[in-house]
Amino acid sequence: MRGTRWNRWAGVGLAAAVLLCAGAASAQESHVGKYSGNAKAGKINYRRYCIGCHGPAGDGNGENAPWIDPKPRDFTAAVFKCRSTPTGTLPTDQDLYDAVTRGFDTTNMPPWMPLTVVDRVNLVAYIKTFSPKWKSDKAGAPVEIPAESPVTIESVLHGRELFQKMECWKCHGPEGHGDGPSAATLTDSKDRPIPPYNFSTGTRFKCGNTNRELYRIFMTGLDGTPMPSFADVIKPADAWDLVHFLRTLQPLVTPEATVWKAWVTTHGNELKPIGPEQAPGVGQ
Amino acid sequence: MRTKYISMTALTLVAGASLVALAGQPPRPASGSISGKITYTGTPPKMKAIDMSKEPSCVKQHPTPVTTENVVTGKNNSIQYAVIYISSGDQGSTAPTKALKFDQKGCQYIPHVLAMQVGQAFQIINDDPTSHNIHPLAKVNPEWNKSQPPGTPPLNAQYPKAEFIPVKCNVHPWMHGYFIVLNTSHYAVSDDDGEFSIKDLPPGKYTVTAWHEQFGTQSQDVTVAGADAKGTNFVFKAVPY
Ligand code: HEC
Ligand code: HEC
Repeated sequence: MRGTRWNRWAGVGLAAAVLLCAGAASAQESHVGKYSGNAKAGKINYRRYCIGCHGPAGDGNGENAPWIDPKPRDFTAAVFKCRSTPTGTLPTDQDLYDAVTRGFDTTNMPPWMPLTVVDRVNLVAYIKTFSPKWKSDKAGAPVEIPAESPVTIESVLHGRELFQKMECWKCHGPEGHGDGPSAATLTDSKDRPIPPYNFSTGTRFKCGNTNRELYRIFMTGLDGTPMPSFADVIKPADAWDLVHFLRTLQPLVTPEATVWKAWVTTHGNELKPIGPEQAPGVGQ
Repeated sequence: MRTKYISMTALTLVAGASLVALAGQPPRPASGSISGKITYTGTPPKMKAIDMSKEPSCVKQHPTPVTTENVVTGKNNSIQYAVIYISSGDQGSTAPTKALKFDQKGCQYIPHVLAMQVGQAFQIINDDPTSHNIHPLAKVNPEWNKSQPPGTPPLNAQYPKAEFIPVKCNVHPWMHGYFIVLNTSHYAVSDDDGEFSIKDLPPGKYTVTAWHEQFGTQSQDVTVAGADAKGTNFVFKAVPY
């Protein structure tokens, strides 16, 4: 009897809470999986954990910003590096959530795993209050990623041809050392120098560490940086070959690296070096 | 009786509505134009020769080395690549359907400044044997960055909002250009003699603005009375730096 009554009240409370949330829909929200975040709640943790770098106005000018390179993200510009969505579109809430959770390797942006899922989802909602673009524009439709093709030497070799043909080496260097002919002059969209990724020392990426995430990185590009999108020019099946080749440039023990090392020991002398001389004649 | 009354009201309403519609778009002849010349006084900065040695395939395309294009001057102190447009008084016009073209050739943007209307389609073409990445640094519009290797199809684009957008190629840092996205179809870009003409203008009072990437903007009021409002000239003060 008592229990039922309590349940009834709980039911009313729940209904009221739902109504309240619906009322707040005009304020900024976020949705990640089964969780919904709310900007008001996010603000509290933002002021506690993020403000020192990203600033009270979300413009990346927090009090620690002068000492940090790369600079904290300016949320008022609504331009984000790690997206599942095409270049020039807003990321999904999940993308922002993943970035906050993962942190940015080799930068001052820490992983925020210690915060609860709900806290992180609320933070995402709050980040979206800093630009009107979140009201006027929708997140892009995530790029489709087909199932990964098998790791074979043919796939790795074809990926290597693409690395040549797509001229990744102009920035990332012929061996992926981050020392291509254009590397020294690269600047981000705020005119600050930015180095290309060095595969030979990099074991992790800013935007995730799985092969799927690596696929996504060059198909969507890292907006706000020189790293362009190749979604219009690399076919989905070919993209997996490029992923497989990129893995051989990293100091990691991967299936790709194993296949590659075995082949290179016997066929290494057949390889033409990557770089300017090779430009004509490498077919896709 | 009642029905009649209703239908009468309906009729009046319809008639009234069409009258309002007519008043909104007076059938004025779009016959006038505004033309003039863009010049400078003072000493403009000297343009630097571009070192393209990092891209041999582009060096080959230029028998004589090309120079930077942020100030391109001609005979009699004329200035090329100024954008002249109606900044107020425009009657509203829909974007032309014909797509504009923006070419990458010899590691240069042709034209250096591409003016367009909001929503107007344009095509980006790579005519070089090397990859370019097209990176328009938009702030109001979406900022995107796409690679365009040689032999790939043209990229189709358009901008939903008015904005002056610097364009660059990160691979070839000397490549600089502008997308000038305007709220009007009444605009022109000054030619190599500094001359321009804005056509198809109905009679009326306009504010005309001239923009130049190095020298800034200037405006003047112009009345179009049917024929050509000739001699709408703009003079920029050039500072050598
Ligand atoms: C110690 C400084 C610092 C703190 C504290 C910090 N950030 Fe960052 N954050 C950065 C930097 C630096 C970057 C940019 C990294 C880069 O561009 O490579 C960044 C980038 C981001 C991005 C951009 C994601 C993308 O894909 O572009 C988001 C979102 C973000 N931070 C959220 C947060 C949140 C939420 C908090 C608080 C819980 C927080 N940050 C706290 C330094 C910080
Ligand atoms: C115009 C220069 C340029 C070209 C061309 C280019 N990149 Fe990048 N790339 C960059 C820069 C700069 C970064 C670093 C961005 C950052 O740290 O925020 C980067 C980062 C990356 C990363 C690491 C991203 C992360 O999350 O840490 C990968 C992977 C990558 N590029 C792959 C490629 C591939 C594959 C190609 C060719 C298909 C390519 N890039 C072509 C400039 C370039």
